[in-house]
Amino acid sequence: MKIIVCVKQVPDTETRVKIRASGTGIEEEGVNWIVSPYDEFAVEEALRIKEAKGGEVVLVSLGPDRVQAALRNGLALGADSAVHLKDASFGATDTLGTARALAAAIKAVGSIDLVLTGQQGVGGDNGQVPALLAELLDLPQVTMAVKVEIQDGRATVEREIEGAREVWETSLPAVVSAQKGLNEPRYANLKGIMAAKKKPIDVKDAAALGLDGATLAPRTRVVAMELPPARPAVRMIEGDPEAQAKELLRLLHEEAKVI
Amino acid sequence: MAGLILTFAEVRDGKLRRSSLEVLSEARRLATASGGSVATVVIGSGISGSTAELGRYGAEKMHVFDAPGLAAYATEPYARALAKVVEAAKPWAVLIPFTAMGKDLAPRVAARVGAGLVSDCVALSVKDGRLEARRPMYAGKAYAMVRWEGDPQMATLRANVFPLSPADASHTATTVEETVDDAARARVTAIKAAAEGKLELTEAQIIVSGGRGLQGPENFHLVTSLGEAFRAAVGASRAVVDAGWVDHQMQVGQTGKTVSPQLYIACGISGAIQHLAGMSSSKVIVAINKDADAPIFKVANYGIVGDLFQVLPKLTEAAKAYFAAKH
Repeated sequence: MKIIVCVKQVPDTETRVKIRASGTGIEEEGVNWIVSPYDEFAVEEALRIKEAKGGEVVLVSLGPDRVQAALRNGLALGADSAVHLKDASFGATDTLGTARALAAAIKAVGSIDLVLTGQQGVGGDNGQVPALLAELLDLPQVTMAVKVEIQDGRATVEREIEGAREVWETSLPAVVSAQKGLNEPRYANLKGIMAAKKKPIDVKDAAALGLDGATLAPRTRVVAMELPPARPAVRMIEGDPEAQAKELLRLLHEEAKVI
Repeated sequence: MAGLILTFAEVRDGKLRRSSLEVLSEARRLATASGGSVATVVIGSGISGSTAELGRYGAEKMHVFDAPGLAAYATEPYARALAKVVEAAKPWAVLIPFTAMGKDLAPRVAARVGAGLVSDCVALSVKDGRLEARRPMYAGKAYAMVRWEGDPQMATLRANVFPLSPADASHTATTVEETVDDAARARVTAIKAAAEGKLELTEAQIIVSGGRGLQGPENFHLVTSLGEAFRAAVGASRAVVDAGWVDHQMQVGQTGKTVSPQLYIACGISGAIQHLAGMSSSKVIVAINKDADAPIFKVANYGIVGDLFQVLPKLTEAAKAYFAAKH
């Protein structure tokens, strides 16, 4: 099995977001960058499949130099090699441009069996790249997977929907995106961290991927950002528990009008 | 800007989902503001019963793909069908519900037609003849205003945010019967339903959530009972999900669900930043916690400082009495 895993580096979920002076992004100064948590599930699943079936895991990440830390982390966990997509033009592109760059890099890898990604990059929260990639690579997709089983060149994937779980069957190769609940990601050990230093990271720019300006031109752009509106001051409800309960219900009905 | 707005209407188990009517209502408002028309695409098998409603909520035309091979959702034929209508009708905007189905389908169609897609919109407006979307990022720690280059402008709309327009019983839509190749390499082979009556967090009007203040999984029933009394969906903080007390599907926050109900009751949740991100766009927030300094009180409208083991049973009892008297 040759498995591609797309990983995105994102601000730590504990980050206090500040809007950049330009108003179209967040202040990156002091941000602690992590591997998007859903991508950790994707990496873990790839490693488990490799351990069970044999094969190779190739990581792909798009971004500035700092994303090499995310790739080294995946290599330390057991991935075999990595591709770093780096180009000044990538910073301005949108989800479709990102997916086009990833698709070009995956095609360059050659014959593959499975593409794993997180179901969304934490932060941007678009959740588009898995399905965009599947269409661009002309592969079937199963998104938001909480269980993956590979057998006889096919995958059985359980996917979460509102109030139920669907069981999907797909031919391989396919794109599968990981939802929380798929697995418990492992931690890197010292031996893995040392081994990762010797594993190759192949850096490719837009020209190497055969991507021109028109292909990467964004079709959507953020024109402004703002912090959420401030919440009103809290009103504390006093009294014994019974009085508090009754007063709360009265306020929810008469004042807030939500029940 | 007199153009066509196309919506996707999601039918599951033969039923039209409320979020599809929300999307249609918003399309109608935007068409009224811009002087355009509204058409909708509906896909399934034996769905004639569920399509009449689409006319009442403002669709002028319905593109209906009704075939046995389309009974269950499959990404490839549904994407092929929606893209077919987009390519033929050339809408200036395509609006799709941000549901499990819509999240899976919309990007596939966007890649197929080469369109820009903006996910999880919570507001849309027409400015200078173009759409502008407002959407949360960082699970709601910030909001972005987004615009498109070129048409169609594709957007997915968060459930439970866009109000339903009043239905007009006299309004009907003209029907265009459509066909599509139903071949798919990935298919649903079985559906495992959740427990009967369990409400979905992202669609619920009221949510009751529990956190570490409950001290152990054996006490989580206090939150479940309160949820039942309020006819609410039940959520949880990441701490208790990661501790294995409840299923991860119940997690509210940055690596769980982002919710915007009318009422959110946080029980024993201190208010870690990643939890606040996922629920602070709720209309009214109630916090019940023993620590008066907990950050959750900074986003709450109403606060009760007290012992959960005493407050929750009293509140459950009072809510039961309130709702029994109301109905």
